[in-house]
Amino acid sequence: MATKQVTPTDEFVKGLWRDNPVFVQVLGMCPALAVSNTAMNALAMGLATTFVLLMSGLSVSLLRNFIPREARIVSFICIIATFVTSVDYLIMAISLELHRALGAFIALIVVNCLILGRAEAFASKNRPGRALLDGLGMGIGFTLALLFIGVVREILGSGSIFGFAVLPDTFQTWTVMVLPSGGFFAMALWLLIVNRLKQRETEAAKQTKRALS
Amino acid sequence: MSKLQKFLEIGSSPHISSGASVDVIMRNVFIALLPVCVFSVYAFGIAALLVLATATLSCVITEDVLCRTTGKPSTVGDWSVAITGVLYGLTLPPDLPLWMVAVGGIFAVGVGKFMFGGLGCNAFNPALVGRAFLQAAFPQAMTHWSLPFADNRFSDLPGSILAFPFSEPVYDAVTAATPLARMKFEAIQAENPELLWGLTSGSAGETCAVLIFLGGVYLVARNMMNWRIPISIMLTVSIITWVFMQIDPVTYPRPAFMLFSGGLMLGAVFMATDMVASPITNAGCWLYGFLIGALIVVIRFWGAMPEGVMYAILLANAVSPHIDNLIRPRVFGTGKGAG
Repeated sequence: MATKQVTPTDEFVKGLWRDNPVFVQVLGMCPALAVSNTAMNALAMGLATTFVLLMSGLSVSLLRNFIPREARIVSFICIIATFVTSVDYLIMAISLELHRALGAFIALIVVNCLILGRAEAFASKNRPGRALLDGLGMGIGFTLALLFIGVVREILGSGSIFGFAVLPDTFQTWTVMVLPSGGFFAMALWLLIVNRLKQRETEAAKQTKRALS
Repeated sequence: MSKLQKFLEIGSSPHISSGASVDVIMRNVFIALLPVCVFSVYAFGIAALLVLATATLSCVITEDVLCRTTGKPSTVGDWSVAITGVLYGLTLPPDLPLWMVAVGGIFAVGVGKFMFGGLGCNAFNPALVGRAFLQAAFPQAMTHWSLPFADNRFSDLPGSILAFPFSEPVYDAVTAATPLARMKFEAIQAENPELLWGLTSGSAGETCAVLIFLGGVYLVARNMMNWRIPISIMLTVSIITWVFMQIDPVTYPRPAFMLFSGGLMLGAVFMATDMVASPITNAGCWLYGFLIGALIVVIRFWGAMPEGVMYAILLANAVSPHIDNLIRPRVFGTGKGAG
């Protein structure tokens, strides 16, 4: 099986760049576009998703031999919903303001296709250790992607990063970047850059292959 | 005759061409737009000239750079992008900071035109895409109107226009509400002559209805514009407005006010008729015009904004491929009367 040659490090690293959930798999678009209007919201949403990814990956992997194939989606959703509920209360306990800013999108982590996708495609077929590494890599990749989008939107939309003003007062804020459409613009910008870099990567790999042979 | 020339040449349709290439049509559009541009500079002074020049230049340069970097043959020479730039400039407030004009121009060509595949592939009118982006990004600056025919319009520049790139503009000139804004928020209707001759404030090129109409007549006379689209838009707007005026003449304006105020004339004549983003069939054009007209009335009467021509046209642009799909001409030799 191909998975046997994959080292644990690979399982972790793939979520950061090669299979980045937002920029490569284009999963979990709803939170990535909706709550990335400030860097803080993006970070909170990313960390919450990472936690749910980790815990649901671990649980699904532990229970993978007990879950009947026919009822697997229902079981995954139940497991995910449990952790989402705890994250919801956790954020409420830490900061009510943040909870209000993220709104319904915390509860909507349940239906984030990224989490269900990893449970279905990875955790239900692998040992708990690997599932944890995969979840951690995917979660950090997701958080970083959201942060990238959030930073661009916050700088242009409010002239600040994490609430600290980084641009002079005379800066004209771009209202559109705070609105939902700004999420699409920032996302498209990063996709453009990431795809260009990936294109270069494959071209370089081809050339080294040619040089070796 | 040599043997080679006897071969039958087979190409895909269209087989009959009118002989008008892109640059011939675009040059004629430019001629039609020229009086509007001259009037706009006359009414708003050097500020309008700078806005128009920056809009055109930013669009042309963006097109050139994008063509070069993607290795496509440059389409700058056929005037199409210059026309986009001029049209885009005409829809802007005449005292808009030049850096915003440039940002919108880059967006108009980069996202509105090039991202869809360049000339002939744009799903939306690129000039309006640029304007819509500015409207969403800088709503305050986009709804700030300078007075027309100010005494110092040829000697002084408004301070806002030279605002340092990415900094907030500071307005020194007196603001003037557009006729539509006055209608919406103060219930005052401008008189017909004012609107027809362009004595009101507004976007750089939208104020003088007569000149825009003449430009349209010129293009129709040269058979370079589908007259059904503007006529359909104007008819729809007039009829719906007339009906509502009969019901409640206090709340709803008269049809002539609706027709000649705001960007309706400019939009109907030069924007909605974008050859790429409008339907192909004549019946489709009637439907397309009706849709734009109805949307304009709905947005102006019941929307939050005083003006809705831009969004109406962009929305109808999105529907236009579906209109083409809905109304298909009968293929010759099929259907009724075919064996």
